[in-house]
Amino acid sequence: MLAIENLKVEIDGKKILKGISLEVKAGEIHAIMGPNGSGKSTLAAVLAGREFAMVTEGTVTYMGKNLLDMPPEERSKEGIFLGFQYPIEIPGVSMVNFMKTAVNEHRKHKGLEPLSASDFLKMMRDKKELVEIDSKLANRSVNEGFSGGEKKKNEIFQMAMLEPELAILDETDSGLDIDALRIVANGVNRIKRPDTSAIVITHYQRLLDFIVPDVVHVLYDGRIVKTAGKELAHELEKKGYDWIKKEVDKNNLS
Amino acid sequence: MGKDKDKIISEVTSGEYKYGFYSDIEMEQIPKGLSEDVVRIISKKKNEPDWLLEFRLKAFRHWQTMKMPEWANLIIPKINYQDIIFYSAPKQKAKYESIDDIDPELKKTFDKLGIPLEEQKHLAGVAVDAVMDSVSVKTTFRETLAESGIIFCSFSDAVKEYPDLVKRYMGTVVPYTDNFFASLNSAVFSDGSFCYIPKGVRCPMELSTYFRINAASTGQFERTLLVADEESYVSYLEGCTAPMRDENQLHAAIVEIIAENNAEVKYSTVQNWYPGDKNGKGGIFNFVTKRGLCRGENSKISWTQIETGSAITWKYPSCILKGDNSTGEFYSVAVVNNHQQADTGTKMIHIGKNTKSTIVSKGISAGQGQNSYRGLVKVLKNAMGARNYSQCDSLLLGDKCGAHTFPYIEVDNQTAIVEHEATTSKIGEDQIFYCNQRGISTEGAIGLIVNGYAREVINKLPMEFAVEAQKLLQISLEGSVG
Repeated sequence: MLAIENLKVEIDGKKILKGISLEVKAGEIHAIMGPNGSGKSTLAAVLAGREFAMVTEGTVTYMGKNLLDMPPEERSKEGIFLGFQYPIEIPGVSMVNFMKTAVNEHRKHKGLEPLSASDFLKMMRDKKELVEIDSKLANRSVNEGFSGGEKKKNEIFQMAMLEPELAILDETDSGLDIDALRIVANGVNRIKRPDTSAIVITHYQRLLDFIVPDVVHVLYDGRIVKTAGKELAHELEKKGYDWIKKEVDKNNLS
Repeated sequence: MGKDKDKIISEVTSGEYKYGFYSDIEMEQIPKGLSEDVVRIISKKKNEPDWLLEFRLKAFRHWQTMKMPEWANLIIPKINYQDIIFYSAPKQKAKYESIDDIDPELKKTFDKLGIPLEEQKHLAGVAVDAVMDSVSVKTTFRETLAESGIIFCSFSDAVKEYPDLVKRYMGTVVPYTDNFFASLNSAVFSDGSFCYIPKGVRCPMELSTYFRINAASTGQFERTLLVADEESYVSYLEGCTAPMRDENQLHAAIVEIIAENNAEVKYSTVQNWYPGDKNGKGGIFNFVTKRGLCRGENSKISWTQIETGSAITWKYPSCILKGDNSTGEFYSVAVVNNHQQADTGTKMIHIGKNTKSTIVSKGISAGQGQNSYRGLVKVLKNAMGARNYSQCDSLLLGDKCGAHTFPYIEVDNQTAIVEHEATTSKIGEDQIFYCNQRGISTEGAIGLIVNGYAREVINKLPMEFAVEAQKLLQISLEGSVG
């Protein structure tokens, strides 16, 4: 589904990603872990098409297409969803209006007619239930005045509405208490279909108790320094990141 | 990052004006220039009674003593009044007996603007007075309205058919000495709409005037007089467009509203005069005096305006709250893009007891546009219990535009409560990206955000026009974001 080859990225002339290669197959869940500042969020931003991050080398192929050539809205319509670490507030724009516009853009892309108002509202109701989001949130302006937890739940709700092929969740767990974390994770699990994939970016292991990854990567200093099964997450939780840092730094010296 | 942003901004701000066509219609015009003779010629062309000619001449003589106002936050090029045609009318029979008498080219023009002159084809429930350049060409549904005693006709017809009403009310809210452009209008106005709603009548349809400037070098000076007698209600809408021209054209109108006891008037404007091109060449100078008098107790006048057009806008639809318990409202969305300038707002003058006013102003600035809100809330000595609430918001797209706010508050009564709130915000790149990531294009995102921002005001428009206004907002900012 997604193949990243030797991806190098700079922000304001500073090298952030220093050659990342990664393949996500249909149906897989990949976790990307790593200490702060290792480049996790930059990777998510590049995949979603944020322009401040400049790709200097490498390729990203998504469903056989050159992802880096597509504008961000195209990537969305082709099935890439980014769950934002810090969801953006858009005062004055209701969630209903926002989602209706988005869903209909996706439908147009697939050659479908826009949904009628009643079908759309029904869809919203169903998805709200699926992700256990408070129905009042949907009548408010996009993320405006939402608590941290509400914002994250709202990201999962939007993901349920757009039914992505590839979901990229950028630290969706940060700032959540255990109950909210469970709701968010349950939502993700319910939305996932057997052939859709996810990249879960997280600093902590606890989210991975609920969303069980097939593969865990450790990103450090702009490189993937370790890849293994889900047990790696547990090891990191126990031992922290220091041992990996030491290992990498030692290799660099020798 | 900066470069991309500039690119997006310049793309979104380069929307095209859709109504810029010119219709080749046979015109009857007088030579350029302004003098007492020209005033007399206009009056004569319209076969006016002496009292009206006298009114014009007084206004003209007064105007000659006046200077163009310079207090507005606008850069206005010098206007040469000798270079303007003050009367320009489509050639026509004395009066159109039926729709078939109307020049097909003229009919086509209004069709193209979405304002069909045939009643059966018309927007359901809206009566229109269509004004082209200096004259009203057709008023629809006149007869239907007359059945409930409502008078809705061109100003010229009103002068002939209802001289007493015109005489009684004209100039009582905006005297001919009021200001430079009002005096000019009073001297040379050529037509406009007249409306009278009798006692106890709720007008069964929306009334509207559609203003079209077509001829080159022509100024449009029309006046609207709207009288709502006791216990009556009317909702009135005006729209305006003009061809694209490299020269600036002057539009100086007057609107006067009188609301008697328990009467309510809703006056909505969707102003889409040609704004000039991307480099600021051409466009309409829209210098308009609009004022309503809540003369009766419990009367209410509500102004709603969506201002997207004109190179320069100078207008302050106001309410004089004379009757006790009367209410004035002003809801405004003003958009400036490219090189447009707007200095607009309102005046709420509280005279009667327990008078209330609400001001909601939403400015949107894009391109290199400059947008100023200017508003006065004045509470006189005897206005016990007066209340005002003002909210003044500015939204900026890009970093070359400007938003300015000039609120004036004068309170002479201790019991008055006056509130003022103001905010300034910017459409951020992160907001646009967030929308993009959900599959919404940059232009779609701006449309969503701008319409969300302006929703409170758009909701005040009659339903049929709210949708149009939304589209218009999007179009006028098309190709502008940051």
